[in-house]
Amino acid sequence: MSDVALRMEHVYKKFRKGESFNSLRDLIPALTGKMFRQQELSQKDKREFWALRDISFEVKRGEALGIIGHNGAGKSTILKILSRIMKPTKGNMAVNGRLSALIEVSAGFHQDLTGRENIFLNGTILGMTKREIECKLDQIIAFSGIEEFIDTPVKRYSSGMHARLGFSVAAHIDPDVLIVDEVLSVGDYVFQQKCLDRMREVISNGAAVLFVSHNLKSVAEFCHRSLLLERGQMVTIGPTQEVISSYLKRSQSAHLRSTESNSVVISKVTVRNAVGECLRFQSGERAWIDIELTAHQRCSKLSVSLYVTDEQYQSIFDTSTERLGHGNFTLEAGEVFTCTFELQLNLANGIFHPSILVYRYDTQTEYDRWAPAATIHMNSDEDVRGVANCFPQVIRQEIRTTSDGNLAAIAREPSVTEITVQTDVATDPRWD
Amino acid sequence: MREELRELYKYRELLYMITYRDIKVRYKQSIMGFMWAILMPILIVVSGIVVRYAYALAAHRELQMADIASVAVKSLPWAFLVSSIRFGCNSLILSNRDLVTKIYFPKEIFPLAAALSSLFDFAVASGALVVFLAVAQIRVSLSLLWVPVLLLTLIALASGIGMVVAAGSLFFRDVKYIVEVLLTFGIFFTPVFYDVRMFGDKGKWLLLNPVAPLLEGLSACITRQQPPDLSWFGYSLGFSVVALLGGYVFFKHLEPAFAESI
Repeated sequence: MSDVALRMEHVYKKFRKGESFNSLRDLIPALTGKMFRQQELSQKDKREFWALRDISFEVKRGEALGIIGHNGAGKSTILKILSRIMKPTKGNMAVNGRLSALIEVSAGFHQDLTGRENIFLNGTILGMTKREIECKLDQIIAFSGIEEFIDTPVKRYSSGMHARLGFSVAAHIDPDVLIVDEVLSVGDYVFQQKCLDRMREVISNGAAVLFVSHNLKSVAEFCHRSLLLERGQMVTIGPTQEVISSYLKRSQSAHLRSTESNSVVISKVTVRNAVGECLRFQSGERAWIDIELTAHQRCSKLSVSLYVTDEQYQSIFDTSTERLGHGNFTLEAGEVFTCTFELQLNLANGIFHPSILVYRYDTQTEYDRWAPAATIHMNSDEDVRGVANCFPQVIRQEIRTTSDGNLAAIAREPSVTEITVQTDVATDPRWD
Repeated sequence: MREELRELYKYRELLYMITYRDIKVRYKQSIMGFMWAILMPILIVVSGIVVRYAYALAAHRELQMADIASVAVKSLPWAFLVSSIRFGCNSLILSNRDLVTKIYFPKEIFPLAAALSSLFDFAVASGALVVFLAVAQIRVSLSLLWVPVLLLTLIALASGIGMVVAAGSLFFRDVKYIVEVLLTFGIFFTPVFYDVRMFGDKGKWLLLNPVAPLLEGLSACITRQQPPDLSWFGYSLGFSVVALLGGYVFFKHLEPAFAESI
């Protein structure tokens, strides 16, 4: 029983849409008006909507639960209810022990105070005692990596420094329950890794973590289980990989589509592997993308472009039928064009978005674009970071001492390590 | 309510930190530094002296040192009350908006910190007042023991009103302006520039203003070495306790809706 750190039972949350009376000047006439004629109740009902409906889950100590869903699915509302900023309309929730939330970590900062003063201020706001902060002050400053500017007013900080300092303070609370919301999107890569390491440490210390992010990669990395929300309702809860797949499948239909004119439209895009339609691939696997275009007017010199973006929608790969040597084509009204791209997905772990664009190749006029046309989830056996997988292998690693018995040299430089990492494409059976 | 008070106690360091922040920021930003704490009371005292001088002229008598001392003694607590209510009123909607919507802790800390930081200004100004009173050769007497009692009552009243207006202004944006108007004109309904005695029998109507017996009491025990009028003090004390507890209950009752209403 006591190993449950966090529990929500049939939680509902209702919000009111539209404007409510926010001044006495409006309220008083409204109240007097109400006394004389009865307002229709149905009008009031229309303005209400349920931000959360029947949410139940629990998180045990040492466990991380991911919450994924589109914007407006109710993720933040769940966090706000758990951190007691909002009260649920119905239902119960219980938190066992000290809860700390990494939501807007620099909310407590005051612009005119120095970094050091803000550490104390923000620390106490987040529930630490002054003594605790004093003990951890050096650690916090070191973690933030802005030692030089710690006695400068925070208003002179860049937004990155702001966030780093905020996160450093928040990261040094020893919580029983930790709520993380999108804070990892700040800071550079090194700092993000630092934060992730710190979160791992918190989990291994036996805290429960609730992790909300659009970054499916880090959710997959962190959370054993995840919860998928859609319009305030729970869709699934279970092992993260399965939840992510079902999320990707569901979001397929919601993909953006921009059409300049409807003379040629992309009518269908399917991503498949050798067996059939598929959105999860093993790194190095082949994928086929079937594209169907429908012309409503005669269009000439057409070309289909395929590009792949990473999770942050940065393009990492780009090609087209024209560039691949297939020339351009012309469609008459009513004609349907199909083509298939074959790709070898040498991609690292993570989420990628293939996107399709139809354009006239000489004038670069865009006819239709599906961006993204799909979302695929890559899995790789190698622990590689970044976007590409070059299938690396360490084929030689040795340590040797340069000069035999020269102590002075050793004292200066105890050992010279030479590690040769070679990416040998030829030896990998997956390359042929 | 016991549960809530316990939680407030748990967060006492935060109350201290927010108060510290408010004071620090106020003094850091102003060129005048500590003069800031004295400027406002000095303005009130000077205008009080002008008004008193007009009374004296109308009554064909000299302006006495005791009159000036009385104005000074009453101006400082009034300045404290005004500033703690004003800062309290803005404490949720202006200064700490982000904290209200994003992080959980007992929010009454904000209006309370506003009262405490105003109390700090009051303490600084009081230092100057003590020097002035010494120069004016006001006698020290046992009746000064009443001063802390009267001040505590005033602090309770200021905190109570502060919590009510803080919560009120969060829900209704015109509360802020109403409070501002009341604070501006309140000085005419409160015996700061004048004494209740000047009104004779009708003075009791003025004493219905719960601030009035406190200011009159302070003036009595500092400048005239007399204890305050006990029954009127009892009235103010009762009013202040009700304001403090009622304000707290009111604030706590509305608090869960703060984040979504701001």
